[in-house]
Amino acid sequence: MTLFQDRALVALVGGVLALLVVASIAGWILSSRITSAPGRATVDNINARIRAWWIMALVFVVALTTGRVVSILLFSFISFLALREFVTLAPTRPGDHRALFWSFFIVTPLQYYLVWIEWYGLFSILIPVWMSILLAVRTTLAGDTEHFLERTAINQWGLMICVYFLSHVPALLMLRIPGYERQNAKLMFFLVLIVQLSDVLQFVWGKSIGRRPVAPAISPNKTWEGLIGGVGSATLAGAALWWATPFAPYQAGLMALVITMMGFAGGLIMSAIKRDRGVKDYGAFIEGHGGMLDRIDSLCFAAPVFFHLTRFFFAP
Amino acid sequence: MIAAALAAGSRLVCGASVKWHCDPSVTRQRIYFGNHSSHLDFVMIWSALPPRLRQSARPVAGRDYWERGVVRRYLAGKVFRAVLIERGKGSDKAGAQAAIAHMAREMGDQYSLIVFPEGTRSLDGVVGPFKSGLYHLSRLRPDVELVPVYLENLNRILPKGESLPVPMMSRIIFGPAFDTNGSDDKDGFLLRAREALTRLRDAR
Repeated sequence: MTLFQDRALVALVGGVLALLVVASIAGWILSSRITSAPGRATVDNINARIRAWWIMALVFVVALTTGRVVSILLFSFISFLALREFVTLAPTRPGDHRALFWSFFIVTPLQYYLVWIEWYGLFSILIPVWMSILLAVRTTLAGDTEHFLERTAINQWGLMICVYFLSHVPALLMLRIPGYERQNAKLMFFLVLIVQLSDVLQFVWGKSIGRRPVAPAISPNKTWEGLIGGVGSATLAGAALWWATPFAPYQAGLMALVITMMGFAGGLIMSAIKRDRGVKDYGAFIEGHGGMLDRIDSLCFAAPVFFHLTRFFFAP
Repeated sequence: MIAAALAAGSRLVCGASVKWHCDPSVTRQRIYFGNHSSHLDFVMIWSALPPRLRQSARPVAGRDYWERGVVRRYLAGKVFRAVLIERGKGSDKAGAQAAIAHMAREMGDQYSLIVFPEGTRSLDGVVGPFKSGLYHLSRLRPDVELVPVYLENLNRILPKGESLPVPMMSRIIFGPAFDTNGSDDKDGFLLRAREALTRLRDAR
């Protein structure tokens, strides 16, 4: 494998695995030390998360190192599961059936096929332009006007968040960055790692010193202390990983800052939708993490912004 | 083999999570009665049963639909071993009585049944009034346990009139056994049975 000859990638993968080993040991020590009931619940939750992390990290690393096809297939599958959770939660009516069927079985595969053939022009407008029109037409033809505006919006938003936004992660592979040819897998790694690190660090900072909630009406667990601590430390981690990216250290730090801010906003937006529907999680797909969509909400909103900033500034 | 693959496949498409309020390991004869909103309904109840119970559970279905075409006839006859009944004779009392007697007979001393007392599929997922068949069946077979099964979201996955499924997630909730010994008359019995079913939906 040529990818394994890439020292930076090997270092990234090794670093993540080392981090997980440390986390597992820490979790094991915590679970033998803490005995109070509320403390136990938190520790059990953390350990379930760490176990799920192992699986997610292994799947992602395998996809990344086996090549483009596997990465694209992996993310199309994640889109499919996320869209499923999104649509299940949102109220739809029989008149939406055909448009939804298209969304799952035609639009989603087509979007990722465009990533595969690297047709950037159509990739970037398929869902926001073509499907936004065609699916609205299909729903209109079904002739049901009850809650029409909400229903069409549900389908559009589901596709935008779960498919369009997320497809920008493997789309990073189609960028042509001078001096960084055939190394784009590390860009994907950088994005996913920073988003997830930021999630974890916000959780850790929030649990330890979190006092003042940012948006108490939406999510009481997201605090200013967690936000500033998490974003700050994830930004520093991003800057420290500059050697794996085409960026200078300060550029890598700025990118990480934007990624983490977008991730935070994404988590808040998806929490607002959950609040509206009266649920806590989108599903129970991953133990300790809720559903797929609960896990990738930050990534969905960070991916397109990171993609376009990189494309605008680094891929002429 | 076909049965196991079909059960696994339909659970996957319907993203089904199953919840039991009665004991799934007890192998006594039961009548599972569910709300009807999709062609997937009986397949999903059947798939959600543990393999041992599945082998002895037979859906009650319309002869007109299941004897059309080779595939349906094979599935109804060999895979589901459906109890096929005549339909479309709602006003014919003798015909209805014969159908109930046929179901009771087909149960023998080992089979369970899967029935949908509303008689027809609901369009919007609202549980309609029960027809009297469940009452008469229970009177003919007082030895058999009645178990309500609430099916959530299947009307959104494959609504009436559609042939292709949208793979949303569904829930199948098996309720506690329904008390058939109440001293109520037919209408009271049917109201209570319907309530036992809708309670599963509301409890979540």
